[in-house]
Amino acid sequence: MRYIPNSPEERDEMLKIVGLNSADELFRSIPNDVQLNRALDVTAPLSEIEVISEMEKLAEKNMAARKTSFLGAGAYSHYSPTIVDHLIQRSEFFTSYTPYQPEVTQGTLQYIFEFQTLVCQLTGMDVANASMYDGSTAMAEAFLMAQRVTKRDKVVIAETVHPEYLAVAKTYTQHGDLKIETVHFDKESGRILSDDLDKLDAQTAALVVQSPNFFGCVEDLQILADKAHEVGALFIVVVTEAISFGLLKSPGACGADIVVAEGQSFGIPLSYGGPYVGLFACKDKYVRNMPGRLAGIAYDAKGNRGFVLTLATREQHIRREKATSNICTNQGLIALAATIYMETMGKRGLQEVAMQNAQKAAYASNRISEIEGFSLPFSAPKFNEFVVRAPKPAEEILAKLTNEKGIIGGLSLSRYYAKNPNDFLVCVTELNTKEQIDNLVEGLREISE
Amino acid sequence: MSIKKVTQHPTQNEELIFDRSQMGRVGYRLPNLDVEETNIDDILPQELRRDDDLAGVPEVSEVDVIRHFTRMSTWNFSIDLGMYPLGSCTMKYNSRLNEKVARIAGFANLHPLAPESEAQGALELIYKLQEDLAEITGLKGVSLQPAAGAHGEMTGVMLIRAFLDKRDGEKSRERRVMLIPDSAHGTNPASAHLAGFTVKTIRSTAEGLTDMEHLKTLCEEGGVAGLMLTNPNTVGIFETNIKEICDIIHEAGGLVYMDGANMNALVGVARPGDFGVDVIHLNLHKTFSTPHGGGGPGCGPCCCTAELEPFLPVPRVIKEDENYKLDFNRPESIGRVKAFFGNFGMMVRALAYIQTHGAEGLREATEAAVLNARYIGHHLVEAFDKPFKSDSMHEVIFSHKKQSRKGVHTLDIAKRLIDYGFHPMTIYFPLIVEGAMLIEPTESVGRQDLDAFIDAMKSIAQETIDDPELVIGAPHSTRIGRLDEATAARKPVLRWKPDMETLSKSA
Repeated sequence: MRYIPNSPEERDEMLKIVGLNSADELFRSIPNDVQLNRALDVTAPLSEIEVISEMEKLAEKNMAARKTSFLGAGAYSHYSPTIVDHLIQRSEFFTSYTPYQPEVTQGTLQYIFEFQTLVCQLTGMDVANASMYDGSTAMAEAFLMAQRVTKRDKVVIAETVHPEYLAVAKTYTQHGDLKIETVHFDKESGRILSDDLDKLDAQTAALVVQSPNFFGCVEDLQILADKAHEVGALFIVVVTEAISFGLLKSPGACGADIVVAEGQSFGIPLSYGGPYVGLFACKDKYVRNMPGRLAGIAYDAKGNRGFVLTLATREQHIRREKATSNICTNQGLIALAATIYMETMGKRGLQEVAMQNAQKAAYASNRISEIEGFSLPFSAPKFNEFVVRAPKPAEEILAKLTNEKGIIGGLSLSRYYAKNPNDFLVCVTELNTKEQIDNLVEGLREISE
Repeated sequence: MSIKKVTQHPTQNEELIFDRSQMGRVGYRLPNLDVEETNIDDILPQELRRDDDLAGVPEVSEVDVIRHFTRMSTWNFSIDLGMYPLGSCTMKYNSRLNEKVARIAGFANLHPLAPESEAQGALELIYKLQEDLAEITGLKGVSLQPAAGAHGEMTGVMLIRAFLDKRDGEKSRERRVMLIPDSAHGTNPASAHLAGFTVKTIRSTAEGLTDMEHLKTLCEEGGVAGLMLTNPNTVGIFETNIKEICDIIHEAGGLVYMDGANMNALVGVARPGDFGVDVIHLNLHKTFSTPHGGGGPGCGPCCCTAELEPFLPVPRVIKEDENYKLDFNRPESIGRVKAFFGNFGMMVRALAYIQTHGAEGLREATEAAVLNARYIGHHLVEAFDKPFKSDSMHEVIFSHKKQSRKGVHTLDIAKRLIDYGFHPMTIYFPLIVEGAMLIEPTESVGRQDLDAFIDAMKSIAQETIDDPELVIGAPHSTRIGRLDEATAARKPVLRWKPDMETLSKSA
């Protein structure tokens, strides 16, 4: 086995030194009746050539990866500068671990500190952690945090939050005493229905809103923040499309107390749903209730500036069952990729890419709405995603579009909302050319005729 | 700044990128917008748009970014540089082949919401890995959805809770005690808490094993929902009574969850399903070599018995005839634990690891990992206090007992090891050994490196006698010395701000 340095001869010598005759004797402390005593029924060892060939065969079957796609809904196709993937493959980054020993992990600690800063700048918040597993788990952790902060037991959440995020939050909270109530959306605007906000009361720990919401509509966060604060609840803003930070008013500027986001758009490959990276930021006064790791500045005896993991007293290796969370790792390498992305794109790049997304989506939505029988059901302003109402069931139209035109035209909302069989969600990013958009429009026109 | 010695790169103290930023520098270029431009006010009214011009976000060139990160990277120790013997973390070699296959366009560019018929290769890969992990653990229900070990752990205890709720109905309420050894990982009690359990702690014996009498007593007290056990345990010893332990818990009406952090000692040798374990999580980033990445991403599959399978997270990946499918119709499921299907990129790497090793290679790796730890134990037993006599498995534990008399503690030994070119071991864990030093070499270390590590440890033991101050003041070879963590926690500075002093005070 080429990953194991010692030769069989070296192994035998070492066995002799520790007083054993065979490798089997290494396992004397395992009673014989619980030893496997046979070979595992997995593949025989494969060479590098064979592994690549097997994997390429599998990858080949993922036809969607080669097609023009307008899928979004929590995972987005964006440009990632070449240096992002190059830099994260430096041994020093990808083969190190959680920076327990700051003297030999300053590289990791410094980029975490920069990551935290960038997340604060984009979200408009005071403090951010070293990252969470993804956006969905970050939101669930925000629920638990709001409960800790307010000592209240109800969360009011907009129905327009990503349905899989809501599902995760329900799993996380099913054994606590936290109730989740949903606020419906307005069928005209596609935004949260403000009449439904009377669900906010003195028991409410948080109001949770996604913007741009699952339908791509930008919510009026300022008004919603005021509503939440009127009853003493925290206002939690969820963002699944991080590129929107480059153009939209930051949740912090709108009054958010906690912001959670999916950072996949920042240079991270789609990779069939993961690994991604959750962003988590809050106001200063809640930092000690925040889950996850934090890097902070520290000095050595000579006054040299360095970074350490700090505020560890919130964590499970000290607090055990009283910890703020069971989270142990962050998404180190993915947070690094996001940091490199944000710094490479920089201020101007983040603005330009956001603007291109909004412009291209506007162009696409205008063109699609001109097709006979197609309409845009929601009137609210949008960023790079929008719902299209088709004259026939969306699943049927999208399947035809894929099979006949080789285009994945979006996501049928019937996957999550049984009531809207004709609706589908279209996402347009800077990677979709005018030609692709025009082909989509032509394809939809032909198929619906 | 004064540079007092020869350095690897021009700045001893690489600035924060924010201090490096210069207005007008750019590091990117996008194609020109190719669609007719709409007035932005017609797309998004001004009150919804940012008005802060992304204040503080840096403006740097591509070269600036490359140098910035390359310089910072040189301050990290890494597996590729040498032995990284963090106990319980399994810092084994991260194969470049695995990196390569995870980046194949057909995987990397695949959207998680693509139609199933267009993503058959990804579903097949998930299914194959599920089958392999089921064979390796002897537990047939597998979900790859959890994102990390602690996440798999939470999933595992939630399965136990769901099972008990179904089996006992209302009476399940009387069964909310999770037994956890005093040597357990801190995430265990935190995860149990999330599933609504309260924790009772089981004592360990002087031999480093679960105290059977105490276990029985706790079971007699009643209300036991289950046990969370690491095996080999966190002092690196196999729980020889594992079958009896599982029987006691089952007789008490509870279930056994095994923390799979230490599976690197067992793959191909023994299977948790065969001891009587009901549910386990694995760490693909430990046992199956997916990179630790400076602290993630991980992947924490949860494997369970057929009895617990109906409760696994949705969707499940199943095979129907020749097609692979996502199955959402699992009414008893605990629900989703993550959006989409888990950290797929890690699954590609783990499957490549299994394929590269094959059955014989997997066992060989286990043998080498255990032999390496045994070899270190054998050579250091004189110089350091080894609190448990039993044979160690893949990791070996020592304490600072012999050195602390000289005022040298575990932390000092760890820091001094840095000067010898090694990453320190895991220190002060588990809590049951005072001044613990938990050493896990993994199979990825050859004899010369083991000998060099052993020499370094012996040399530090000698320094403790000859010149304890040398050890107490370590490390001496790094860019920065020991940092004042107490002040950092008391007055936390967690982000850069424009007018902030972020460089060294000595500069």
